[in-house]
Amino acid sequence: MRKASFFNLAALAVGLVFLYLPIVILVIYSFNASRLVAVWGGWSMHWYAELAGDAPLLEAASISLRIALVSASAATVLGTLAAVALVRFGRFRGRLLFAAMIYAPLVMPEVITGLSMLLLFVAVAIDRGFWTVVIAHTTMAMCFVAVIVQSRLIDFDRSLEEAAMDLGAPPLQTFLLVTLPLILPAIAASFMLAFALSLDDLVIASFTTGPGATTLAIRIYSAVRLGVSPEMNAVCSIMVLVVGLAVIAASLLTKLSAARGTPARI
Amino acid sequence: MPTAATKRGFGKAGFAPWTESALQPLLRIEALSKRFGGFAAVDQLSVDIYQGEFFALLGPSGCGKTTLLRLIAGFEQPDLGRILLDGVEIGSVPPYRRPVNMMFQSYALFPHLNVEANVAFGLRQEGLPKAEIAERVGEMLTLVRLDNFGRRKPQELSGGQRQRVALARSLVKRPRILLLDEPMAALDKKLRGETQFELMELQRRLDLTFIIVTHDQSEAMTVADRIAVMDRGRLMQVAPPAEIYEHPNSRWVADFIGNINLLEGRVGADRVSVEGTALGRIGVAAKIDAQPGATVWVAVRPEKIRLTTGEPDVEPPENRIAATVADIGYLGDLSIYKLRIGDGIQLQAALANTVRSSERTIGWNDTVWLSFQPDAAVVLTR
Amino acid sequence: MNNGRRQTSFIAKLVVRIPYAWMVAFFLVPFLIVVKISLSQTAIAQPPYTPVFDLAAGWQGFRSFFTGLSLDNFTFLGSDPLYILSYMKSVEIAAFSTLLLLVIGYPIAYAITRTPRRLQAVLVLLVILPFWTSFLIRIYAWMNILQHDGPLNQLLLFFHIVREPPAWLSTDTAVYIGIVYSYLPFMVLPLYATLEKIDESLLEAAADLGCPRWKTFWLVTLPLSAPGVLAGALLCFIPICGEFVIPDLLGGSRTSMIGQTVWTEFFANKDWPTASAVAVVLVCLLVTPIVVFQHQAMRGTGRGS
Repeated sequence: MRKASFFNLAALAVGLVFLYLPIVILVIYSFNASRLVAVWGGWSMHWYAELAGDAPLLEAASISLRIALVSASAATVLGTLAAVALVRFGRFRGRLLFAAMIYAPLVMPEVITGLSMLLLFVAVAIDRGFWTVVIAHTTMAMCFVAVIVQSRLIDFDRSLEEAAMDLGAPPLQTFLLVTLPLILPAIAASFMLAFALSLDDLVIASFTTGPGATTLAIRIYSAVRLGVSPEMNAVCSIMVLVVGLAVIAASLLTKLSAARGTPARI
Repeated sequence: MPTAATKRGFGKAGFAPWTESALQPLLRIEALSKRFGGFAAVDQLSVDIYQGEFFALLGPSGCGKTTLLRLIAGFEQPDLGRILLDGVEIGSVPPYRRPVNMMFQSYALFPHLNVEANVAFGLRQEGLPKAEIAERVGEMLTLVRLDNFGRRKPQELSGGQRQRVALARSLVKRPRILLLDEPMAALDKKLRGETQFELMELQRRLDLTFIIVTHDQSEAMTVADRIAVMDRGRLMQVAPPAEIYEHPNSRWVADFIGNINLLEGRVGADRVSVEGTALGRIGVAAKIDAQPGATVWVAVRPEKIRLTTGEPDVEPPENRIAATVADIGYLGDLSIYKLRIGDGIQLQAALANTVRSSERTIGWNDTVWLSFQPDAAVVLTR
Repeated sequence: MNNGRRQTSFIAKLVVRIPYAWMVAFFLVPFLIVVKISLSQTAIAQPPYTPVFDLAAGWQGFRSFFTGLSLDNFTFLGSDPLYILSYMKSVEIAAFSTLLLLVIGYPIAYAITRTPRRLQAVLVLLVILPFWTSFLIRIYAWMNILQHDGPLNQLLLFFHIVREPPAWLSTDTAVYIGIVYSYLPFMVLPLYATLEKIDESLLEAAADLGCPRWKTFWLVTLPLSAPGVLAGALLCFIPICGEFVIPDLLGGSRTSMIGQTVWTEFFANKDWPTASAVAVVLVCLLVTPIVVFQHQAMRGTGRGS
């Protein structure tokens, strides 16, 4: 009964076109020799060359990458801990509050979370800059990591852990030798997600950044407010390429994970 | 159904350590209780298991047999009672420190490790030198006939092969007790039969103690030296298969194992008869352990009932009645006859099909006489 | 003999307490601070609000701190129609967008479940991919398209659908397009996850009992997909209420959404207390959907401990 009707296929096709067309158009226009969108001036790498010379932009890109790397790493560690806490140590006191705190940021509007963190930093008089953005991004991303790793842990075959303990491995060893290798693809995928979220974030970074820590997203936003520009098209196309590759890698890893460590099918 | 006679034939003649009072049990379970919420999975259970036994835990689903196994393995903590291994209490010892290993129903082979690494896992935890590990792993793989499978991953093996890897992985640690959780549930009938005998061989050869959990009666009867029949967290009877089958200690056990005919009555004054049953007065061979007039049940296995077309002419004239054949179930090697007695009670008789169906004399709705010998009847007081 | 258990519980405590402490410090406490600031007044000072909690001032400082708090900001919000309109606009746009997302996303999710299993993972990936290629970029991409002389108008002119190129940017329509485009994966994924879990044999049973395809869908599939619909709707509605980037870049200046209001109060007017008050009211508005969402999400985590 798994036949897709014409209506289904049409819906799928239209949906995918709708999703990808804007990006395709953007990439095409990044190669437009003419500055004006209305006029097609032929293929050119001109704007990419301009990018290479734009020092503030490159600086912003470097800052964004560093922030993304640090916050994604921290978020992955903290999020995995949170997931393990929720799934394996279910009955601790304050569990309800903890779970609420993990799920709330997933839906909370970013202006609220950004604002609240900024007010915290001001209240305790921390200088805002690179590290405050890292802290903010870590907090947001760890919730996504926690949710992803948690769902993987729930599906995890516990008899594998019991078998390891039965064979003499204490709980920590069991986690490191058996559980971790098998959920690693999910953890890696959530690292990439945290990385992409950080790289992409505008609102929270705007609230929590300080002098000398202007991120790429903030720069793009200020430029874009003034209107469409081909250099921005070039920047965006590069980011699309980079993140696209990362996402494909992440999904391949998750597929790998699905093949191992799921309950045996008899 | 394999009887005790077939079981005795497999090399454990005279093995009955539970009868030697001076012998210390390997595993002693004392008044063990475990509750989940309001539900008592294991209820004040006590049993002794001896070195070299192949011990079976048998019972319907939910009876607590798996919980008991997990308590012994250390995956559950007892609420009350003690577990003693070689006289030492292990109730609070975590599973990774108990000299007890488990073979899981799903085998639980580590999918990211190959066969060799799986089998070596437990030895590595013990911190043994590499050379010794390699040697023991090699030996064990040969023992379970998986010599050239070392490099394969579990996903590449068949069900039977995976089971042998799981077995090897547990046995290589030379545990004091090996626990098996429904190890043959995933195998087809033929493979199951072969595996049962392989397990018995292995157990005898290595002189290990096995505790197996199963819901399959014939499996328990085949492999076990003693069977513990469980119901709702309690032990109903612990005895060798023959004794459980021939001398069940209660109606529940009699009914759980195989098929049984139960006739209610009162103990006769001479205490070797039961009166007031559907067959009238039934004579039994052994002295009844109850007062005259007490309510008891006479249990007779279907294969012990004799069917004749006319009234049998042997003495004594008890233990017989006329009946109508209500139904016949043909099972190939034997036939089950459902017999209706005058006041609506149904009994079962099982006869081997020694002649072909076309030549048989008893058919539907025939009137036949059923009878049984006094020593075929077991009197149950509960 | 008990070492193992002691080691376990020490590690267990650590595993729970580290992320717990982090979230309390960087999520809960900041939120409480927002509430506090919403009860304060603006000041030309650093920080630009008063009263400031000063531990050094002792008990007197403590008392003057509390007397300095007031609900003035909230009454101010109630009095100025700008804010009320802003809230209403946000809810209106969020509600309508969520509806649009449902109407567009459901067929897509359903269509994916009708394809062969091997293809499904790829299709889901294709739907998620744009989400991960930068939010800002995708909105910017739409700015490209919706420009006065952009490809959309060029297309419409070419096919003579319009005579004059309409202005797309700075309209509510553009905002809707941007929102639907950005949030589609948030709707499709939970829907797909729920639809995919529906047992095939239920559909076959319905067909066996005489239901044509559409009726099976209406009576069996649709009701069973309700949790996914709820999850997707909440996952979209709640954040859309507080959206900033999309209405800022694609929308008009006549009425802003509440996210823009917070931004303006904070960055343009430097009025932190008012911005905080706006944020607090927004959270109060959203508290019911947030709690429902958490309840839904946590149902799945009940098992597994």
